[in-house]
Amino acid sequence: MSNKILAFLESKEGKFKNSAFEVITEALKLSAELGSELETLTIGNGLENELQELAAYGVKKVKLVNLDQLNKKHSGSEIKYSPSAYAKIISETAKESEANIILLSATSLGKDLAGRISVKTDSAVFNDCIDIKVADGKITASRPVYAGKSIIDINSSTDKIVVTLRPNVFKPVKTDNESIETENIDIEKLNISESDFSSVVTDVIVSSEKLDVAEADRIVSGGRGLRGPENFNLIEDLAGSLGAATGASRAVVDAGWRSHSEQVGQTGKTVSPSLYIACGISGAIQHLAGMSSSKCIVAINKDKDAPIFQIADYGIVGDVFEVLPALTEEIKKVVSN
Amino acid sequence: MKIIVCVSIVPDSTTKVKISDAGKSIDTNGVSFILNPYDEFAVEEALKLKEKNTGEVIAVSYGTEKAKEALKKSFQMGADKGVLIKSTDENFDSYTVAKNLSEYLKDQNADIILFGKQSIDFDGLLIPSMVSEMLNLPCISVVVKLEIEGGKVKAEREIEGGKEVVVSTTPVVIGAQKGLNEPRYPNLKSIMAAKSKPIEEIANFYNGNKTDIIEMKLPPAKTGGKIFNNGKDDVTELVRLLREEAKVI
Repeated sequence: MSNKILAFLESKEGKFKNSAFEVITEALKLSAELGSELETLTIGNGLENELQELAAYGVKKVKLVNLDQLNKKHSGSEIKYSPSAYAKIISETAKESEANIILLSATSLGKDLAGRISVKTDSAVFNDCIDIKVADGKITASRPVYAGKSIIDINSSTDKIVVTLRPNVFKPVKTDNESIETENIDIEKLNISESDFSSVVTDVIVSSEKLDVAEADRIVSGGRGLRGPENFNLIEDLAGSLGAATGASRAVVDAGWRSHSEQVGQTGKTVSPSLYIACGISGAIQHLAGMSSSKCIVAINKDKDAPIFQIADYGIVGDVFEVLPALTEEIKKVVSN
Repeated sequence: MKIIVCVSIVPDSTTKVKISDAGKSIDTNGVSFILNPYDEFAVEEALKLKEKNTGEVIAVSYGTEKAKEALKKSFQMGADKGVLIKSTDENFDSYTVAKNLSEYLKDQNADIILFGKQSIDFDGLLIPSMVSEMLNLPCISVVVKLEIEGGKVKAEREIEGGKEVVVSTTPVVIGAQKGLNEPRYPNLKSIMAAKSKPIEEIANFYNGNKTDIIEMKLPPAKTGGKIFNNGKDDVTELVRLLREEAKVI
């Protein structure tokens, strides 16, 4: 059986997310290796102006579902979006184009949709993957389990697979493509009914404009070594100098110093940034589980025996109150050159 | 109100993972198993709903005999009874779990079915939404706030940089996230009461994974880090290395 890929490209407020470009690059790579066709699909409003961005990453054709049109199928109050309706659209599009591999990014949205799409299309799921391999016309994937303490290679007996890619692992690559064709999908052809709006998002509360740890390429995290919430400005300043997100250990989240959305670790977020700087964090096994796949780990701790130093690529044994301001200064100098 | 909470056991988060000889799973020697931490939030929410609405809380688990531990812990928190859907072995994927749970749940007419958003062993985040899809029910997962009133459901779910407000109706499937509530600690009274709560064992409905594990391996070990001992005096050199050697700034 020949393969065909459908890649879903996520947008937010009229702009494509970085994760969408990661999906495109990987989708193009897989379709080349499999010798398969590739279709792309996106749902949103006002994306017409952003299509050149997709073209630049190599997309030559995109199916577009207009969000306003989708919302008109719902009789209730205005909605931001509906996971059940999105899952229906993606599944129907995959069925109609006979795509057996459906590719998404493992963002909050992607993770919310993967299970639903897999049941609707009777597919297996390879979720939160960090690597995809092609052999004999089939795909296998690697994904972290036990919060990253181990990695499994998985395959499926079925050809129908929903694949979600961990954000910030697959690097997007620009091409010199400039042309892109749009196919506006007629919503009436997608069998959307009121029952597809069984759950709807009516509002989005933005808790901060800050970059989320799960999507950041650089993270500066603080732990108990900071001694109190009032000292986290040192973390924020260093993060600011690097354009990094701020993260936290479980201890300081449980103590109420930082928000749970910043927690990195086994019961927080697992992250794979290019740079992770752990400040005043001893390196409990659960924290390491959440960040040990970071490409470059830097540790700053006054205890030379702290477990974090065992997995750090670079480290300074020292007082965070002295090292962090000095580090922020030095980075500002170097970055401005 | 009929409240069902689906629970599972997982290795304690302090576990240092070793790969078993067969190379496809962890070596469970010496590993202590606990109720999945996210399930605690689900059980707590179930108990709060029962306290507000009257009704019963039924804990359900799919797994081997070991899975009874999850039911017992749920009893200690306050769940009324439990059901173990007995799997034939430990080699099951999310699809198999979801299929078995939904085959059981389809005749149960629960008002609300709660899950922890993910289990900390396989980190799938799939089972709640798969079950809801199999049962043709709405699903809201990664929930940090939940209001259920007269069949109307309003939840807040965590996303990157904020929260979504999601509305739906019962019956509904909910995936609990940390922060939804503060799970109660069992006290002596609840632990004693737990001992006489019934567990119904039923045979599994379905076998047949959709994904198979080819191999489980440890992540590449990190060695040879450059650790400096002079505090802030090392900052210049560190930054130079990050720029020129690691090329991360």
